[in-house]
This record gives sequence, structure tokens and C-alpha cells, in this order.
Amino acid sequence: MAASATTHGGSGGQNYGRLFVILWIGISVVATPLTTIVLGRNIPPGNGSTEATSQVLDNQVLLAVSTPIAVFVLLFLGFALTVFRARGPELVDGPPVRGDSRIQILWLVVTTTTVLFLAAFGTFELFDAAGAGAGQGPSPAFLPDKHASALDVQVIAQQWEFTYRYPGSGGVETPHLVLPAHTLIRLHVTSLDVVHSFWAYELGVKADANPGTDNVVYVTTNGPRSFHIRCAELCGLWHGYMFDTGRVVPAAQFASWTTAQQATFKPVQQYLPPYATTYLPDPQRRAG
Amino acid sequence: MTDEFVPPRKRTGWRRLLGYNLLTALILAVVGYYVGWIAGHHVTGKSVAYFSDIDQNDISVFLAYILAVIGFLLGLGFGAYPFARVRGYPPSLREKESEGIGRYFSLCTDHKVVGIQYLFGIGVFFFIGGVNAMLIRFELLRPSMQAFPAGQYLTLVGLHGTMMMGIMSSAILGPFANYVVPLMIGARRMAFPRIESLTFWILMAAGTVLATTVFFGGFPTGWTGYQPLNDQANAGMDSYIVFFALVGISMTLLGLNMIATIVTMRAPGLTWSRLPIFCWGVLSTAILNLLAAPVLVAVLGMAMLDRTAQTSFFLPSAGGSPYLYENLFWVFGHPEVYILALPGMGIVLELLPVFARKPLWGYRLAVSGLLGVTLLSWLVWQHHLFVSGINSDLRPFYMLSTELISIPTGFTFLCGLMTLWRGQIRYTVPLLFCLAWFFNFLIGGLSGVFLSDVPSDTTTHGSFFSMAHFHYTIMGGLVFAFFAAIYFWVPKMFGLQLNERLGKIHFWTMFISFNSTFAPLFVIGFLDQPRRAVTYAPSLQFLNDWVSISAFVLGASMLVFVGNLVYSLLFVRLPAPANPWDSRSLEWQLPSPVPVHNFDRIPVIAGDPYDYGSAAPPVAVVPAGGVS
Repeated sequence: MAASATTHGGSGGQNYGRLFVILWIGISVVATPLTTIVLGRNIPPGNGSTEATSQVLDNQVLLAVSTPIAVFVLLFLGFALTVFRARGPELVDGPPVRGDSRIQILWLVVTTTTVLFLAAFGTFELFDAAGAGAGQGPSPAFLPDKHASALDVQVIAQQWEFTYRYPGSGGVETPHLVLPAHTLIRLHVTSLDVVHSFWAYELGVKADANPGTDNVVYVTTNGPRSFHIRCAELCGLWHGYMFDTGRVVPAAQFASWTTAQQATFKPVQQYLPPYATTYLPDPQRRAG
Repeated sequence: MTDEFVPPRKRTGWRRLLGYNLLTALILAVVGYYVGWIAGHHVTGKSVAYFSDIDQNDISVFLAYILAVIGFLLGLGFGAYPFARVRGYPPSLREKESEGIGRYFSLCTDHKVVGIQYLFGIGVFFFIGGVNAMLIRFELLRPSMQAFPAGQYLTLVGLHGTMMMGIMSSAILGPFANYVVPLMIGARRMAFPRIESLTFWILMAAGTVLATTVFFGGFPTGWTGYQPLNDQANAGMDSYIVFFALVGISMTLLGLNMIATIVTMRAPGLTWSRLPIFCWGVLSTAILNLLAAPVLVAVLGMAMLDRTAQTSFFLPSAGGSPYLYENLFWVFGHPEVYILALPGMGIVLELLPVFARKPLWGYRLAVSGLLGVTLLSWLVWQHHLFVSGINSDLRPFYMLSTELISIPTGFTFLCGLMTLWRGQIRYTVPLLFCLAWFFNFLIGGLSGVFLSDVPSDTTTHGSFFSMAHFHYTIMGGLVFAFFAAIYFWVPKMFGLQLNERLGKIHFWTMFISFNSTFAPLFVIGFLDQPRRAVTYAPSLQFLNDWVSISAFVLGASMLVFVGNLVYSLLFVRLPAPANPWDSRSLEWQLPSPVPVHNFDRIPVIAGDPYDYGSAAPPVAVVPAGGVS
């Protein structure tokens, strides 16, 4: 209860404020290009598709905006730890400042501007990249330019594997995902049992597989490569083993591959239901 | 108040075991369990043999759990008061008068007893959830499956997540709001003292129910319980449903009680603009509790009907929709994460003025920040469903609303940091935890902006990145604030000091190992490791091992805390002064520990609790003349 009304550093407060702003701007000017360019260039998912590339750009912009914010708070904590540390055993009160409307309004304006910019930029990227690789449901809101001529490929998830159907190649169903390079592809993701999520990592594609739903994703592949496929939604016992590798191949190789698949799976083709956007799930099974 | 209500009869010797107490409650719980079990088998017909199957008869399991919980609550005496009122006795609060250690194991209507009950009760389940986390990280030491079969691993993941999200929802409202809010607002009790005790005992029953899932083979869905996997799962899923529904009931009642108390029981002179910021944090959390938790109870009720009465709300094979479950779950689930975050903000803003020796900077801005988060948290839930294919044209809206939440959150940052500015900061253990809160919540918040942005979320969604994000906000936010509150208020609750050196060791080991555990998970998530998978790419083994070992150190740092608690409270027992932190807040002007009825006379409040640096008398309270 030895509180006295001593205030501390009446004029020093101004100087600390100026020092803080100079340090903040200085460190941010150095740190932001470092995080954005050095770190940002290596941010996944890479350039397996135009959608993936747009995600990398998005991540870079977010990094660029986040860095000064992080510097601000960390620098503030640094000041608190060093400059404003109470010295001496006796209890001294700080200055009874209860607020400053100019700082509050400035803060409100700056944070609101930042947030609105980020939301606008994210929305632009969503339009520009035609959904940016995220599942858009049966009637996509964000369509790429030449969407009418896109190659349809269906992804069918079930416990605990993905299979793929190519309606353009007689509806052949195979356990391998092979896509032609430099092509706009429309993936139809659906499930036969529980909710899965189809994640083609290097292509920047993620879409939940819901039973009874046709979840459409547009993706434009770049050059030939292989990519990881994983299930990203907990789907039961062997969820951890639901992974695969897909390939992007040159267009000519893709044509010969589909022909070969049609020949290989011809014997089972007659037992499959005709190609559809969704399939009636089996009656509920109990799986352990 | 007249006390015509049948007083608890004084019993001696072994007769003390009769009557309303924990032993009776446990006996009635077991009786209720078997009554429900047998009744369930009668409902389903003789085709299922009694006691022989533990797998499939969901009706039986649900009835057993529900009747066990009802029996447990009746055995504790929650039926006595309504029954007495029905018989015409006037209201009374005689349960409050009980004495001795026994009141901590019974229905007690003293809010201080309930606060301490909550502290230790939640501590037990926090420990269980933490052990599950250690086992998960042990399994992930190697890329392939090693220690646990896949089903057990999923049960561990589900138990950890569900236990933490369910029980820790009340981690601050339970122990600290119950204990401190009446003291802060100059009240002698909570508005509904019996409901206050009920929320605690329901939560304890719920935690026990969830732990028993292992006897039914566990459950595979994680804490979200997505359909139709939920319906497909074995009877262990029933424990999850009963647990979360009970938690929802407990949270609703807790929120109701807090709102009623803060609105109606403030002492004269305690205007809204003098209300301590912690009470504002509690109030905004309580509003979310009251409005969000019933949605959870409803959606789990529907899931229960799907599993027992063959309704098909969520089953696409019979016309239902898994999207309905996802929507309803996240209508609860997103406010839920602010139920976890807001009390932490309240604690931090409450403690900073005490240790910076300055008034809270921008009080009104801080309050509007808390209320703004409360409001906006209702408008963001579909950001959990960005890739699900639901409402793809609404995603720009949810992206905007999610990013807007960073504005009111930013208010609390500004107010907290500006309170430190030019302060006379004393580096006590509670303050260290508050500063760490800023560091952790900064990282959690910034990573949240990545997840709120649809193109960026497409890669990070469902990966370890989002897992790292919410551990930074919940563990780094809530749990650090939880420990700040423990170190701050334990001297008031027990009248005993905690060892400061052990407290600092606890803080530094916890802070460093926490960041060492969760920061690499952002990288692991970016490198395509999905959540809840028992296997991962061998190339990620180094990072995963790093995380696991850090997690074990994090677990060990909790043992330092437990050691401190045992050492300081049981062995050293150094009495704490009434006001060790020289706080100007009302609760510190009372003796430690606080007398049963808190205030001899209801105080009249003459100022706000943050009047540091002014020449006014240190206590902004004058004893009332006429009010009693």
C-alpha cells in the first residue's frame, strides 16, 4: 500500500515514443523483404499448377503484411522488458494515463485498412484463380475462362482409398491418378461412405469428399511431375494410410495411358454403375 | 431469510456415510447405470443378451449413461431443494454452512468452495488430456505405426481433443470467475448458487463418462465427431455424445449464472464503466456460453437419435446431410474457440495494470474489443468449411468476417501494450505469463489470418498448420492466462504463497518448450502432414522427433508446477499477506482466505479498480453506512 503518486519520465515518454517508431519502421523495412522474398519464395505448395502458384503469392502477401505487425508487438514487449522495468525495491506507480483518442483512432484506421485490404485481396485471388484450388461444391461460383472445355476427372473417396474415373475415356475407373500437363482439369470429388478430403498437395488442390455431393475443383496443371495425394479429413481407422502418388504427364502419354487403362479394366467395367456425379452410398456399414 | 428448510441432520460415526454425499452419489450412479443398461436391452428386445455385448446396443449404453448421471446428481443432493420447495418449504442456502474438508466433495453453495472444486477438478482432466498428448507425440516419434494400433491412436487423438475442448471451456469461468467475480462486484454469492454447484458436478460426471469410452473401444472421429463417421462408429462414440452434451448443459448454466450475477448483483456504485475488465471478459464469454452451448446439445441430441432411434438427420443414404452436422457443429464450434480465448484476454488485461502500476489504458476500447469479438464470432463459422463445397459463393463473406475479428482483437492488444508503456513493471510470475500470452497470441493470430484467407487455407486446411495455429491460441492463450490466474489468485484462495523461484522455473521451461513444440508444426503442416494421421512422410521424421521431445519437456514443466503446488500448499504453507500484489481491486481488500460471507456489509464503490498513480486513497471503496 506504499503507492505514491510519483510519475516517471514525463518528457522521456515522448522520446521513447519517437525511438519506438523509428526502430519499428527500421526493423520492418529490413525484415519484411527478408521474410517475403527469402522465406516467401520457398513457401509451399510450389508451382505444380496455376492455382498452387496463386496460393504462394497469397502466402507471400500475408507474410509481408504480418511481418510489421509481428515486429510491432515484439518490439513493444522488448521495450516493456528493458526500458519500463521497475528499478529498486520500493513500489512506484507509473503515470496515470488512461488513454489517448488520437492513438486509438489511428490504430482503428490502420487495422481496419489492413484487414479490408487482405479481405479484398483474398477475394480477388479467389476470382482470379477460379476458386484457388479449393472445393466449390456442385455449382462452382468462380469459373475459369475456358471452363466449358475442361477435362473431367472424378475422384471417388471411400474407406480407405481414392479411385478415379475418366468420363471422357468411357468412364473407366482406375486406382491411379494421371493428369495431362498444361491442361485445365475439372475434378469432381465425391465419397461413397464418410467425409474424406482429397488433397493433391503440389497441385494446391483440397476438396472435401462428401457422400452424395459433387464437389468441383478447377485446376490447371503445369509441366510433368509427380504429386502427393493425401486424405485431409479424419475418415476412420486407416485414415493415416490413405495416401497415394499421382502423376502429371505430357498430353500424348496421357492419351496412351487412358487407352491402356481402358483395356486393363475392361473386365470390371461391366460391373460398375454408369458414370454419374454422385453415387448412392452403400447402406450404412459398421466399420471398426 | 428464514430457515424452515430441513437442515442437514448431524450424524456421527459410520452414519455420516448416509445422506447426501459423494459415496451415495457414486452408489446411485452405479445403480442408475445398470438400471439403464437392463432397460435398454428390454427396449431392444430379448435378441440381445444381457451384459454380453458391449459393442452395439447404443440404446442401452445411452440409457445407462444418462441414468447414471441422474443418479449421481441425486445422490449429491441436487433433488433435495426442488423437492422441498414443492412440499412448500421456503428458500434457504443451508448447504453453504457446511464445514471442513468434506464440503469440497459435496454440493456446496459457497462460490469460493465451488471455485476451488473447479480448480482441482479441471486440473485432473487437464492432466489426463495432457497425458494423451504425450502418448500421441510418443507414437509420432516414428513415421510408421509403432506403439499403438490405428484405432487406439485415433482414440487418443479424440480423447485429447475432446477432453481439452470440453473441460477447458470452463478453465477460467469455472475456477476463477466463480471465485473472484462475486468478490470483485461486492456480492456475497452468485445469483444461482445451487446451479453453480450443479455446473461443476455435471462437468465432473461428463469427464468421467468420456474417460469410460475406452471400455467401449474408443471413438474414431476426433473432437469434431463428423457425420457419417459418427454414426458408423462403435459404442465408444456414445460416451463422446453424452460427454459433450453434458458439457454443453454445464456451460449453458454456467453462462446463465455469470450473466445473472454480473447484471443483477453488483454493489452500489459499481457502474458498468467501473466494472473490472475481467468481469467484462467473463460476461462476454458467458453470453457465448449461453447462446452457443445449447446448439451443441441439440446437434448431439440429433446424433444420438440417429444412432438409436434410426432417424437420419445426417445420413445421406436416407436423405440426411453431413453438411447439416458440420454447420450446426461449427455454429457452436466457432464461438467455442472464443469461449476459450476471451477469458484469457480478460485475465491479461486485468493483471497488467497491477504489475505495470498504471490504469488500464483505453478501458472503453478494451470493453468494445471484447464485445466486438463476442458479436463477430457468430458470423464466421463457415471458414471451417472453406474446402467442403458448401456455399462456395459465400466464401468472400466468411473471409471478410473472419478477418474483421482481428480488429476487436487488436483493441485488446493495443490496450494491453499501452498499459505497459512507461509503466513501472514488476516481473512477477503472473506478469511473465501475461507477456507470454501476447507473444503466443500474436503468432496464433497471425497464423489465423493465413487460415482465414481461402487460397492460403486451401493448403493449410486440415494440416498440422491449423493444428499449430489453434494450439498457439488455446494453449498459448488460454492455458498461459490460466496459469497467470493461478499464480495471481492462489494467495487469495488459500491464503498461502506459491514459491516464486519454482514459479519462474515453471514459466521459462513451459514457455520455451511450448514454442519449441508448436512452432515447427507450422512447417510440418506446410510440408503436407495432415492432422490425426498415424503415419507421416519419413522425410519429416527429424522435425516430428524435435516436436515430440519438446512436448515431453512441456509435459515435464507441468510437473514443476504440480511440484510447486504440493510444496507450497502442503509443506511450506507460508501465509500470504492479504494484498501481496498491492492491487487496488476489491477482492484484494478482503482478508485471505476470504470469510464465508465475503463482506460483513455490502461495500459502496467509489471509483474504478485501476486508479494507480493517483493520490486518491488506495482503496476505492467506502464501507456502507446503511446497506447490509
